[in-house]
Amino acid sequence: MIETLKAIAGKYRNSEGNVITLLQDTQEAFGYIPKEAIEFLSKTLEIAPSRFYGVATFYIQFHLKPRGKNIITACCGTACHVKGAERLYNAVKQELNLSAGQDMTEDRQYTLEKVNCVGACSLAPVFMINKKVYGKATGEKLLREIRSNGKPQDNGK
Amino acid sequence: MANNITIRVCMGTGGIASGGAEVLAAFRQEIDAAGLNAEIRENCATHQVGCRGLCARDVLVDVLVGNENVTYQFIKPDMVSRIVQEHIINRNPVAEWTVGEEYHNFHNKQVKVVLSDCGRLDPENIEDYIAEGGYEAAQKVITSWTPEKVIAEIKASGLRGRGGAGFPTGVKWELAGNNRSDAKYIICNADEGDPGAFMDRAVIEGNPHSVIEGMIIGAFAIGSKKGYVYIRAEYPLAVDRLRLAIRQAEEKGFLGKNIFGTGLDFEIAVKLGAGAFVCGEETALIASIEGQRGMPRSKPPFPVNKGLWQRPTVINNVETLANVPFIIRKGAEWFASYGTEKSKGTKVFALTGKIINTGLIEVPMGITLREIIYDIGGGIEGGKQLKAVQTGGPSGGCIPADMLDLNVDYESLAKVGSIVGSGGMIVLSEEDCMVNMAKYFIQFTQEESCGKCVPCRVGTKRLLEIMERIIGGQGKEGDMELLETLSNSVKVTSLCGLGQTAPNPVLSTLKYFRDEFEAHIIDKKCAAKVCKALITYFILEEACKGCGACLRACPAGAITGEKKKPHKIDPEICIRCGACFEVCKFRSVGRD
Repeated sequence: MIETLKAIAGKYRNSEGNVITLLQDTQEAFGYIPKEAIEFLSKTLEIAPSRFYGVATFYIQFHLKPRGKNIITACCGTACHVKGAERLYNAVKQELNLSAGQDMTEDRQYTLEKVNCVGACSLAPVFMINKKVYGKATGEKLLREIRSNGKPQDNGK
Repeated sequence: MANNITIRVCMGTGGIASGGAEVLAAFRQEIDAAGLNAEIRENCATHQVGCRGLCARDVLVDVLVGNENVTYQFIKPDMVSRIVQEHIINRNPVAEWTVGEEYHNFHNKQVKVVLSDCGRLDPENIEDYIAEGGYEAAQKVITSWTPEKVIAEIKASGLRGRGGAGFPTGVKWELAGNNRSDAKYIICNADEGDPGAFMDRAVIEGNPHSVIEGMIIGAFAIGSKKGYVYIRAEYPLAVDRLRLAIRQAEEKGFLGKNIFGTGLDFEIAVKLGAGAFVCGEETALIASIEGQRGMPRSKPPFPVNKGLWQRPTVINNVETLANVPFIIRKGAEWFASYGTEKSKGTKVFALTGKIINTGLIEVPMGITLREIIYDIGGGIEGGKQLKAVQTGGPSGGCIPADMLDLNVDYESLAKVGSIVGSGGMIVLSEEDCMVNMAKYFIQFTQEESCGKCVPCRVGTKRLLEIMERIIGGQGKEGDMELLETLSNSVKVTSLCGLGQTAPNPVLSTLKYFRDEFEAHIIDKKCAAKVCKALITYFILEEACKGCGACLRACPAGAITGEKKKPHKIDPEICIRCGACFEVCKFRSVGRD
C-alpha cells in the first residue's frame, strides 16, 4: 500500500497539489479511500487531513468504506425515474438480500448504488453492472444477469 | 468493378449498450472470412461512429456502396452474415431490416450543425474530421485573423451559451479578451449534471475534435495558452475519446507549442469531475479544478475578470464550443439564418420519457413543441395522452400539453416559467404524476445543494418535506400557499444558480397542474396511480378465478384465498407495490 501511495504522492508533488486528483488515484488503486491512505498522504505532502476529508465527503464519487467486488449501479435520472427505475432498484435490492440502509452484501460480492444520470437516457431505464451498461432494463433481465454471476450467499464467508 | 464499401456501426454509449461492439466485430469477421473475394475485401472499410440520435433503434448500421446508403436498425451480431452475403456480395439490401419511414421522419425536420458529423465520422480518427474540413477554421483564424475579428464574427452570429443561461458567447470572449493578465484560461464545461440530458456526452463521443477546435479558436480570441475540459467521470467513453483526440491534435501540431507553426502555444488538460451537480456552476467548477470542495462564491467578480487561479477565465459549454468551428467555416450570417430574432442557430435536445423516438435531436431554435413531439418524436408511447413536457431539468419547469404550439427558444420558454437549459426534454404522459415529478426534482436539488448558503440548504429541505408529506397522504390545507411562498424566498435569496432555480419545477407544477396538487392534498388521490400511499388495491370478486398468481407474487403476504375461489387483499398488510396488479391475467385486481 505504501509503495502505491508513494507513487501517487510523487506524481503530484510538483503539480499544485490537487487533492481531488490525489483522491481519485487513491480510489482507483484501492477501490475506496482507506483512512491510512489519507494519513500517509497528509504527512507526506503536508496537507491537513481535513482537506482530504472535506473533499472526499463533498463529492459523491469518493467512498470512505470498502465496496463490493461487483458494483451494480441504478441510474435514477429523470428519464429512468419515469420509466420505473425505483421499482427495479427495489427488485435488485431484494434479490441481494439488502436491508434498509445497507448497500453491500454480507459477502462483499455486490454493492448496489444509485447514480444521478449515466447519460444513456434514450435507453431508459438504465442499469450498470460494473462498467457494462444495460439499456431498457427489466427486472427479469437484471436478475438473470446477477444470478448468472453467482448468487450472493446469505452469510458471507 | 467494385465500388467502395463503407460500413458504419453506431458506437456511442447507446450503441455499445445495445451491442454495437459485437456487431462491428461480426462485420469485420464476416468480411475477413473466406469466400469473400479480395477485391471486395480491400474496398471494404468498417468503422465505428458516434451517436446519430435515434438510440431507441440501436444498433444502427449504415452500409454504403458507392454513394448508395442503406441504414439498418436493431441489428444483432447474428444478423450480420446475411447482410454481408446479400447486400455486400450480391448487392441486394436486406429490405426487412432496413429503417422505415419513422427513421426518416425523425431526421427530416432536424437541422444538424453540431451533430452533422456525429454518426458519420470515426471519432477516434482525426483524419476523418480533417477530411470534412476540420481544423480549417482554427488554422484560418490563427494564421490570418485578429482576435478582434474572431470576437466580432461570433458576436455577429448571435451564438449564446448552450449550457443553460444563454449568455452571448462573443460578449463573454470580449470581456475576457479585454483583460490584461499574465495568464488566461478557457474551460470547456462538460460536467453535464442534469439528469435526463446527454447532448454533451454525445458530441464528445461522436466528434470530439469539433470541441477541441472550438477551444483553440476561443483561446486565440481571448489570448489564452491553457485550456481545461472539466468532464464527468461518469462518462468513461467520452473521456477516453477526448483524451485520444487531444493526443492526435497534439501530434498534428494543432495543440501544444507553436500551433499551426505560428509561434503560439495552447494546451488542453482534462480534469475529471468527481460527481457534484453544483460544479456545473462556473465558480464552483473553478473551485473544483483548483482541487477544493466545489462550492460557488458570490459574483462579481465574474470569472472573465477573476476566475481560475484568480486569472481571467472563460467557461463555455461543450455544445457552444462545438458550434464555433462551423460558424467560422460557414460564416456568421449562415448561422444567424437559423433560429429566431434573439435565439440564433440550432439547439440539441435529449428527447426522452414517454415518447416513441427517444434520442438526440438538433433543431433550429423557434421550432414548436408540437413539431418536436409529433413529427420528430413520433408521438406518445403506447397511444397514451401527452400530459406535459419537462424542459431544463431540475432548474426548469413543465409545459402543459395545451401549450404545444409554443416556440422553443430562450425567451418563449422563460415566459412560461421554464428554460431551455442544457437541453433535456422529458415527455410525460397521463401515466405520470406531476406532483411526484416536482418532488423528484426538489429531492435532486436538495441532495445536490452544496450547503454553503442557508436559503438553498434549508429551503430545499423544507420544500422536500412538504412535498413528501403531500405524496405520503399527509397534505394539509395551506400547503400549496406555503410551497409558493417558500419557493419564492429560496429563488430570490440563494447564492448561486442552483438554489435560484431549484424551486422552478415546484412553481411551474403549481401553476399548471394545481388540480393534481388539490387531488393529492384534499381528496388524497393520485389520478396517475404513481404515489403509493394514495393507492388502494382490491380484488374484483366477480372477475377473480382464484388462480393464486397474485398470492404468490405478493411480497408482503397480504393476499389470502382458497384455490379457485376469489382472493382478498388485506389493506392493513398491503405495501402497495402493485405486484398483484401486474401479475393478474384476468384484470381482476383493481386500484383506486
